Amino acid sequence: MAETTVATKTVKLSITRQDAPDKPSYTEEFEIPYRANMNVISALMEIQRNPKTKDGQATAPVCWESNCLEEVCGACSMVINGKPRQACSALVDKLEQPIKLAPMRTFPVVRDLVINRERMFNALKRVKAWIPIDGTYDLGPGPRMAETKRQWAYELSKCMTCGVCLESCPNVNDRNSFIGPAAISQVRLFNAHPTGEMNKEERLETLMEDGGIEGCGNSQNCVRSCPKGIPLTTSIAAINKDTTKQLFKSWLGM
Amino acid sequence: MKGNSYLSRKIHSLLGVIPLSLFIVEHMLTNFAAVEGGPQGFKDSVNFLNGLPLVFFLELFGIWLPLLFHGVYGLYIAYQSNLNTGQYQYGRNWAFTLQRISGVITFIFVVWHLYQTRYQVMVGNVTHDELGGVMNGIANNPVFFIFYIIGVVSAVFHFSNGMWAFLVSWGITVGPRAQRISSYIWMAVFVIVTAMFLMSLGAFRGDEFKETASAALAWANLV
Repeated sequence: MAETTVATKTVKLSITRQDAPDKPSYTEEFEIPYRANMNVISALMEIQRNPKTKDGQATAPVCWESNCLEEVCGACSMVINGKPRQACSALVDKLEQPIKLAPMRTFPVVRDLVINRERMFNALKRVKAWIPIDGTYDLGPGPRMAETKRQWAYELSKCMTCGVCLESCPNVNDRNSFIGPAAISQVRLFNAHPTGEMNKEERLETLMEDGGIEGCGNSQNCVRSCPKGIPLTTSIAAINKDTTKQLFKSWLGM
Repeated sequence: MKGNSYLSRKIHSLLGVIPLSLFIVEHMLTNFAAVEGGPQGFKDSVNFLNGLPLVFFLELFGIWLPLLFHGVYGLYIAYQSNLNTGQYQYGRNWAFTLQRISGVITFIFVVWHLYQTRYQVMVGNVTHDELGGVMNGIANNPVFFIFYIIGVVSAVFHFSNGMWAFLVSWGITVGPRAQRISSYIWMAVFVIVTAMFLMSLGAFRGDEFKETASAALAWANLV
């Protein structure tokens, strides 16, 4: 019987790690067996099964966050080969190796690739990114939304609070109070809703305070980076228009 | 601090257009008189400006105070920004970065340029009529000539790209198409205004400006 040597294909990864929020970061190299149709998550799962570095040394398995695995939840955002994106939709076959993974440092790093996106949820709370319908009595049905408008609004509603836009924005940092593109686009979404519109001014006024819309510097990296293709810069400009109108209205007491 | 940074930023943005952008265009036209009318044309144009009624207040509220606020708050805005063109090499991100760099260069240039010209008039070293001679001295000094070219290009870029950003920040150009067309227009403005400024700077090198003020020339060579 002829002896066959099968060249085992491998996947190389270079991962920026961090043991705890206040610990320094370091890089570890990994080499794992290749399987067809792998994505970055399945590569991380492989490391979890056999947590050894490229040199064969045992190490703690790499921590990451993921959930839906179909690019709708926003949990697995990380910097992959220099660009922030979802790990679940990052296919190994389409990535240059070694695949460089790093946490999105705009956010506090919890451990390894896990980050804390709390500031985004706080921003949504601040701008009241919801439709208030609770009350002490039945308010009855709200106004209808035109189907064409609903289809348009659906595009904005695809936002999954993944944080990629904030990561790519040069003005989201410790020195700047900019709220970030995601929340501004959500204000546009909820201000467009026939019922949400009733609290329009309240949302705009929140964006006209410290830590609002004014930090946008028009670098437009957000719209280039958004995994859902949301027209973030159009949303920002549209809300710029609305806040400008609101500014003059409140000055003139209209 | 409620509402503070929004208003400051809006004032910063508005002052960039009214009066500062208007001023840079006015300044370009005054300088260009040196190309079209030579020393006499430039002198007339400077005298026309200084003959405007309430010129002190025009300068104070139309230039000095807006320039001070826009410049100082602008430095703070530049400090608040990360520059990440290494990671995101998109045209608009480059413009974002250059807007901050050109702003800082323009700030330094304007302070120096004011010291060499307006301040010297104020302390009485030169008169308005002799400014052509001062500029002749500056434009013929290779170091200042290059410094002025860099300063002028930075200032005009900051003005053109700033106008593009103003239209976005006030919600005038909203969609991507409007913003793209606006960027073409302001790119053209950048080229034309830069060319006119540099032509004026070139014109100041001419010997005909030398005669206008030997005292001023002596002073400019000293600096």
